[in-house]
Amino acid sequence: MAMTMAEKILARAAGRQQVSPDEIVVAPVDLAMSHENADLVRKTFQQIGRPTVWDPGKIVIIFDHRVPAESEKTAATHRSVREFVRAQGITHFYDVGRGGICHQVLAEQGHVRPGMVVVGTDSHTTTHGAFGAFATGIGATEMAGVWCEGALWFKAPATIRILAQGEFQAWVSAKDLILFIIGRLGADGADYRAVEFDGPAIRGLTVASRMVLTNLAMEMGAKVAFTPVDDWLLEYLRPRTAEPLERIEPDAGAVYESTLEIHLERDVAEPQVSCPHAVDQVQPVSALGSVRIDQAVLGSCTNGRLEDLEVAAALLAGRKVHPDTRLIVIPASQQIYLEALRCGYLEALVAAGAMIDPPGCGPCVGVHQGVLAAGEVCISSTNRNFVGRMGSADSQVYLASPAVVAASAIAGRIVAPSVLEEEVAACLA
Amino acid sequence: MSRLILRGHVAAALGHHVDTDLIYPGRYLNITDREKTSEHLFELAYPDLRPRLGPGAILVAGRNFGCGSSREQAAAAMRYAGVQAVLAVSFARIFYRNAINLGLPAVVCAETARIASGDELEIDLEGGMVTNRTQGVSLASAPLDPRAVALLEAGGLAPYLKKKYAA
Ligand code: SF4
Repeated sequence: MAMTMAEKILARAAGRQQVSPDEIVVAPVDLAMSHENADLVRKTFQQIGRPTVWDPGKIVIIFDHRVPAESEKTAATHRSVREFVRAQGITHFYDVGRGGICHQVLAEQGHVRPGMVVVGTDSHTTTHGAFGAFATGIGATEMAGVWCEGALWFKAPATIRILAQGEFQAWVSAKDLILFIIGRLGADGADYRAVEFDGPAIRGLTVASRMVLTNLAMEMGAKVAFTPVDDWLLEYLRPRTAEPLERIEPDAGAVYESTLEIHLERDVAEPQVSCPHAVDQVQPVSALGSVRIDQAVLGSCTNGRLEDLEVAAALLAGRKVHPDTRLIVIPASQQIYLEALRCGYLEALVAAGAMIDPPGCGPCVGVHQGVLAAGEVCISSTNRNFVGRMGSADSQVYLASPAVVAASAIAGRIVAPSVLEEEVAACLA
Repeated sequence: MSRLILRGHVAAALGHHVDTDLIYPGRYLNITDREKTSEHLFELAYPDLRPRLGPGAILVAGRNFGCGSSREQAAAAMRYAGVQAVLAVSFARIFYRNAINLGLPAVVCAETARIASGDELEIDLEGGMVTNRTQGVSLASAPLDPRAVALLEAGGLAPYLKKKYAA
């Protein structure tokens, strides 16, 4: 019988001819990722009492949420994970200054390949569906179980198919597309489901932009999300891994629970903004009115990649961050940091008045490096705007694309980049 | 009393989309003493709620309870605060798994709107029935599957595996 991506990967992993939605299967795990919460996993693992992990080559640990350690407590956590990594012989460990945000590092280091079953102690593990993997988030205790057993039970999800066609309009990006979709389907619109993104508009996207879609699919509850495994993707992966790469795709005739068709020109004619305090409160930027901002944040596992820094640098080159606003930029990984340095993006950003945070999660989760005070308003390229997410419970976070974040940093209020162009044109006239 | 029939009072009836940042703020994720995590439960969003949560408390919510982060502290802190069960119209999937893995019953009940703060409930986890003794109504709930029952009976995944390996 014809199967979706999720069904196909689960069936094969579980050694079955096929699986259908709601069937429970036990599948071996190909890769198990954790960040700082590896310490909580370690504790539970030791409480269970196994002497060694199931496979030290299949565990990846990456510090990103609190790098470098912002407190003595975190420093102690980091140390205990390092000791555990050494004692267990875990091969893939990215310490402070060696990696970056976990999802970016897994991708750029070639850890994830089409057809794999990946679990991570981070909800945005759905990101890795951009590489054709069945990838989902789990809690620390469940991960301790995976470290023991190397396998996990999964309920096969029904799949929602999202087809996008048409051309991306000026200053409209993958971020705007996915914010629009979340606004349409709601915060639980894909709960327990798989999502398959396809269509000509998706196939034309860079790998970095596809990761934006699979990353944010989590914010409508998706268990896993996929973009197509095509030549572009294989080209991205080939230099990053010695392992064979396979082209895995959904069968023609696979059964979808529903299909959403997006016409870019009609549906996403302009940049979109997600308003406080829920990701699904989405409006086109022109509908917002004048929203003054205290801070702009460019970074995260959603939008801290080279193309994101590039668009911001292009907008900010020769301009200045608004005097009443601060701009914080966080390259998603050491590698992106280096590339952005070489391309001159960071120079343009610093000259414009941006502060560059070290690669990692930065203020995204409200811990350090740019948290908000009561009453402050922030525009951010990250993926969550819940109450208190980036600091005070009385602060407000708006989510948008890197281009809107950069343009807003210049204007001191939330604007589309086209507004800057109009202003320049008005000055020249 | 069996773990599978619970009785208690509803400490709070919450709305839809109660996310994990509301339940347990990210800034406290590096607390290593697990029992201390319960001090920060609902701290930013519902500061009045924490003092009402004591042994035996039941929480009730609408759709998509526990959406957001994979942080299991959201479920663990509730358990350390004494919460004996959470009822919701639906749960975000990671939260649901975390709750069961940590020994906190998460019960899917479509009619939580018919339960108010202060109501006395009896919950039959296996049978799939919530009896609201205060209002005198019985509400259907999704019976827990045998896998979840086994985990809850063991007190969570860690003790369950510990026992399995010791055998
Ligand atoms: S950047 Fe933000 S959303 Fe992404 S992994 Fe880090 S804390 Fe989570």
